[in-house]
Amino acid sequence: MVDFRTDRRAVLGLGAAAALAPRVGRAQPRPPERPRGQVVVGLSQEPTVFNPLMPGIEVDQGVWWNLFSPLWFTDPEGNLVADLAQDVPTTENGGISADGLAWKVKLRPGVTWHDGTPFTAEDVKFTLELINNSAFRARSRVGHQLVRDIQVTAPDEITWRMERAYAPYLSILSLTFMVPKHILGAAGDPNTAPFNNAPVGTGPFRWASRTAGDNITLTANTAYHGNGPFLERVVFKYIPDLTVLYTQFRTGQVDHTSIQGISPPFVREARTLRGRTIHVNQQASVEHIAPNLEYGPLADKAVRQALYMAINKRALIDAIYYGLPTPSESFLPRQSWAFNPDLPAHRHDPAAANALLDQAGWRRGAGGVREKNGVKLEFTNSTTTGNPVREQSQLLLMQDWRAIGAGMRVQNMPAAVIWGEFWQQSRFQSVMVAVNFTLGADPDVTPRFHSSAIGAKGGRGQNNYQFANEEMDRLLVLGATQFDQAQRRATYHRIQALLREELAILPLFQRADVEGVKEGLNGYRPNQNCSSNCWNIREWFWTA
Amino acid sequence: MSGFLVRRLGQSLVLLVLVSMVGFAILHLAPGGPMSQFASGSDMTQEDLDRIAEQLGLNRPLPVQYAEWFWRMLQGDWGRSFRDGEAVLNVIGSHLGATLQLMLTATLLAILLGVAIGTLSAIRRHSVFDTLATVGAMIALSIPTFWFGLVAIYLFSVWLGWLPSGNRSTPGDGSLPDLLRHLILPAMVLALVETAIWSRFMRSSMLDVVNQDYIRTARAKGVPEGRILLRHAFRNAALPMITVLGLQLPTLLGGALVTETVFTWPGMGRLFLDSISYRDYPVVMGILMFSATLVLLGSLLADLLHAVADPRIRLG
Repeated sequence: MVDFRTDRRAVLGLGAAAALAPRVGRAQPRPPERPRGQVVVGLSQEPTVFNPLMPGIEVDQGVWWNLFSPLWFTDPEGNLVADLAQDVPTTENGGISADGLAWKVKLRPGVTWHDGTPFTAEDVKFTLELINNSAFRARSRVGHQLVRDIQVTAPDEITWRMERAYAPYLSILSLTFMVPKHILGAAGDPNTAPFNNAPVGTGPFRWASRTAGDNITLTANTAYHGNGPFLERVVFKYIPDLTVLYTQFRTGQVDHTSIQGISPPFVREARTLRGRTIHVNQQASVEHIAPNLEYGPLADKAVRQALYMAINKRALIDAIYYGLPTPSESFLPRQSWAFNPDLPAHRHDPAAANALLDQAGWRRGAGGVREKNGVKLEFTNSTTTGNPVREQSQLLLMQDWRAIGAGMRVQNMPAAVIWGEFWQQSRFQSVMVAVNFTLGADPDVTPRFHSSAIGAKGGRGQNNYQFANEEMDRLLVLGATQFDQAQRRATYHRIQALLREELAILPLFQRADVEGVKEGLNGYRPNQNCSSNCWNIREWFWTA
Repeated sequence: MSGFLVRRLGQSLVLLVLVSMVGFAILHLAPGGPMSQFASGSDMTQEDLDRIAEQLGLNRPLPVQYAEWFWRMLQGDWGRSFRDGEAVLNVIGSHLGATLQLMLTATLLAILLGVAIGTLSAIRRHSVFDTLATVGAMIALSIPTFWFGLVAIYLFSVWLGWLPSGNRSTPGDGSLPDLLRHLILPAMVLALVETAIWSRFMRSSMLDVVNQDYIRTARAKGVPEGRILLRHAFRNAALPMITVLGLQLPTLLGGALVTETVFTWPGMGRLFLDSISYRDYPVVMGILMFSATLVLLGSLLADLLHAVADPRIRLG
């Protein structure tokens, strides 16, 4: 584990993998033979959903990773690693047919549920069928609804057919946790089954207790099929206030600050704390300005280009985010195998932006605001109220855009309001938001940018930007049906180039979260491909 | 007395129905909804959000939703939380213990200190003690609780390291001494403000009483000063405190949002805030009805106690 204080640049450069590099001349600490000690993980949101197939947010998923197992998961480097499956199916090993339609999964032998019942292919079948059960409140059926003819060919083997080839399904399954047929299948209504508040999984930890509004305690599953667990107990502690979360980390009551970590204003001080290690982790989500492409001036590509050029991105990142995030031109994180490194770099050039608007016919009117054909270059920008960092960013943007004759007004709202119909039905003019566009580690963005996914026009996806482009539609369909990674990479490079060219989003930066770990706690490996860095607590242990 | 009780309970029931109708309407007509928290996530599409909203019955007309909720509530079913699927009464019950522990401790401390300080201030009116008590109360009432809380955490947890900076207990411990150590800071901070309130009430009430004719008569009869203060003045001055205590009942069980947040105390105040933030309609409605019932019960209880303690008051 690298101490951030020793060499900040090195850590930023090397990324998460470097955090695991052994220190020269120092013996690597070894995990104990039996689970020992406990870890208190501080969270600023409360995990409340414990059925991993029901609607839950990142903080819930952090708990799921420790109670349940998927067939395979995505490691920090983006590789799929078998978990409950013996191997990850591919077209090369015959697990997926060449046309992508027939799937066969061989399961790992000797896996048991926390109550001792053996895990079998019947559980996998039950899980996939439950997701597609119309009476069940499944979180998402994306990909799953294409599954047909599920057959249990042996207790440790399952096959199914896909209605059409869908490459992202591998990634979707890496985030789909298996649930026990013998418990949930016997429950009358899976939506209200006692299982949902006392879950039984195959994961490294067992459910122990929950004090609502306070904490969730898990204990080691000594019959776990994988590596670990090395901790006797994990406590997920809900601390709603980020200042209090940081204080408890500072006073030692919390061993690890997980979601939402340490706020940027505390980072400088946190680095000086004795016995604490601070990690800056690049996240998969991209902070951006989401324009409503059907709204007046924002429908004009020249306006979006000028607005983008007018943003002093570097000043925003340095002054408000303490230089922690990485500027981005893409919707994909830099670490993705599909990331396009050749996108044109953002250039802060107000003079060029002004010239572009002049050329496009946007003339300055009264008050310095431009207009064209009676349409003023004015719009609102919305984000969640009570987020001081974003509110400061809005003020900077307002200044930048005023310099080119564009008027922006702040119209912030509480989370429950802004992310409701206002966002889903594209009732905004522009929004400042961070979105993780990937499905696990998969770059498919069909629900975000395909013209059939516009909610405001009766679509079923999340294309709230209302982006409609024929070439994009064609590329998205192509990318989702390709199983060869080299071919897919080429497709997604073009998709990124097209989005950058059209500026369907104004990308600002790839988010960086700062998390703290108490010294002596080993095994912490940030993983942007999972929804939470608590994904591998099974491998954590205290130095003896 | 029984006629009074029946009449008051009848009025209370009508009020509760009105509160439920207004509360339900305001809550559901406010923009946003329980599905918003999932909308900016990566793996739920509009189709998923619409499907779940339909399954939760959120798309039905508001009067239908209200009628169903009201009918089920009459049968003792207060619904289930949208967040964790728990029965609303269980959710409220699981947070009540923490709130009661904190609020009872703080209120007891505040009553003891506040009544003592208020009495002493009234007896020694315009003394140095009275001035200090008045200034102290004003400061305690003027400065926000969260500031007191943060200063206390900095002083006793970060700097001196004597007390934990929050939580109800240490994970994995939970012994009585551990619980008490965790209780000290939040209870002290909360008691500080409440002491100021109680001391001001008591001082004012005591000043009213000590100028009454019967006190002068007692003095003229040669009754010892201590006996006058305790038997005659204090007892009568404490009567209005019963009303204050009765009105405090909802506060006792409603929790202290700021203190609970600063000290990570899993009580009712935080539950209410979280439920509002997530638009967890069944829980918000449950808390609303619970609080409204407590307000009505508290004022009824205060009236009854007043009648018991003061023979001049006749209910009927």
